Amino acid sequence: MTADRRNLKLAVDLGGVKFPNPILTASGTFHYGREFAPYLDLSKLGGVIVKSLSAKPWPGHPPPRGAETPSGMLNAIGLQNPGVAAFCDHELPWLVEQGVPVIASIVGHSPEEYMKVADRLRGAPGIVAMEVNISCPNLEDPTKMFSSDPDATGKVIRGVTRVASQPVFTKLSPDVTNIVDIARAAVRAGTHGLAVMNTALGMAIDTETFSPKLSTLTGGLSGPAIKPIAIRCVYQVSRAFPDVPIIGQGGIWTGEDVAEFLLAGASAVAVGTANFIEPTASMRILDEFIEYLNRKRIRDVSQLRRMMKDG
Amino acid sequence: MSPANPGAWSGPAEVFAYRRLAEPYHSLTLVAPEVCSRAAPGQFIALRMPDDRSLLLRRPFSIHRVDRRPGWAGTVEVVFDIRGRGTEVLSRLRQHAALDVLGPLGRPFRYPKEPTNCLLVGGGIGAAPLLFLAEELRGHGHRVDYILGGRTQDHLLRPIEAKRASLTVTFTTDDGSSGYRGVVTDVLAERVRATNAKVVYTCGPVAMLRAVARVCAQMKLSCEVAWEEVMACGFGACLVCAVPVRLDRGGDDDWAWARCCTEGPVFSASRVHWERVEESGAPTTTGVGG
Repeated sequence: MTADRRNLKLAVDLGGVKFPNPILTASGTFHYGREFAPYLDLSKLGGVIVKSLSAKPWPGHPPPRGAETPSGMLNAIGLQNPGVAAFCDHELPWLVEQGVPVIASIVGHSPEEYMKVADRLRGAPGIVAMEVNISCPNLEDPTKMFSSDPDATGKVIRGVTRVASQPVFTKLSPDVTNIVDIARAAVRAGTHGLAVMNTALGMAIDTETFSPKLSTLTGGLSGPAIKPIAIRCVYQVSRAFPDVPIIGQGGIWTGEDVAEFLLAGASAVAVGTANFIEPTASMRILDEFIEYLNRKRIRDVSQLRRMMKDG
Repeated sequence: MSPANPGAWSGPAEVFAYRRLAEPYHSLTLVAPEVCSRAAPGQFIALRMPDDRSLLLRRPFSIHRVDRRPGWAGTVEVVFDIRGRGTEVLSRLRQHAALDVLGPLGRPFRYPKEPTNCLLVGGGIGAAPLLFLAEELRGHGHRVDYILGGRTQDHLLRPIEAKRASLTVTFTTDDGSSGYRGVVTDVLAERVRATNAKVVYTCGPVAMLRAVARVCAQMKLSCEVAWEEVMACGFGACLVCAVPVRLDRGGDDDWAWARCCTEGPVFSASRVHWERVEESGAPTTTGVGG
């Protein structure tokens, strides 16, 4: 830690969910934290959003599961995870012991599956909030993801908020006609906050071999390439629902990127793909963000949300 | 610069030498004493692209050789062929350039406990970790023989060094330009008998690994395969590099995707669930970007 934190208020409060600083790590880019322990002190993070958990173990997709694209990468992991029970037994106790707030990302193929996961996590010690990953095909209509349909989104979120003992954040997808419509459905269904945004659907084809670069043909695009889309999504949603706290995510690489998300209306951010390239990225970004705050003489990070000049 | 756990070190390394090898191959030697002091054959390092966020991901390379000079002079060498823009950038680096290194990563080859006759089988650029392995095995008192294959004579990786590192070397080329005309598995069974090998170590394209593993299973030999799979992070966080493995209980339906980077890249051939392995994906030692 080199940056000067004196006289700075870094802690943020997202509708009652408190983080010691606004830098979290994004789901699917931090696994359950163990892989990063050799490189950084997890207690210095604002929070960890763990890889999405399903009611039963999900095997994931065959390889190839990843491909680099300009300033980004595509992935098609297929939400591989050992299931919520194995997570609670083997991963959660260790993670909580590190002294970092844990947000459980949950996923399912039906509203009932989401509810099962939320139910298993009821009262789980150390879990401060739930992030509902609705970018998953709906078994009732597998051509659609929950995230692209207001009714399906509403059903999942209503179910989860009914059983969850923790505040619920709905993670929105950019692949929709109007992200505000989906946000509205989530808010009406009782979501406490929003996570904006998930990866953007993309595709890449190898022109030498004529093969798609992912086994599933399409996959999620992440990294700096998608940051402007994420900033736009945060901006649109925060202006439509100014009282709903937002965790901004999408291509964060620097301290200035954090500031940009907060200016757009987020209250906290999650660092994603940068963790893959630089295991200590979240710490560097926090340091850079603190330097930024000092340089701009901003004493309280929560002020940034109201500082964008938009006429 | 961050000191890390047993295993991985992360920080800047200086390019000590760039060398053009035979036709398709390039070599980079990096000053990285922290990496070389703990590196073992079969492990890899992940190199970050210099000053270019458009080439986002690190490229993983198996450790070709280490030179454990005392003090701060220890070096690590990787070899590669050009697969895309990333490897092209790396091939233009020259002495004193700086590169960010993460490593050593992954599980290395395991050595036999008693002095044993070991046969190394490498194909193309996949043979990269085998010279290092040969040196270490001989240092532990094992006999080492080597089968080195490639498309043409130029695709035989460091044939002279292979001769120096092992008791006998058998070359195979697809076009017969050097050694036996054919593929490594054409000569494998005969070389096993001739050298009385008990353990086989192999690295190369998946189709070759499968063929070598099959021969070893028939001859009831222990076999370790160094896997190459598309990777993004290299240290277990992203789950991109999936390899199908049998679970301990063993049935054909009892399997899971293992992480090549942390559970491998070296796997016991008997642990790999070969029926689930696709051969369509191009093998790569250079990550998702080439």
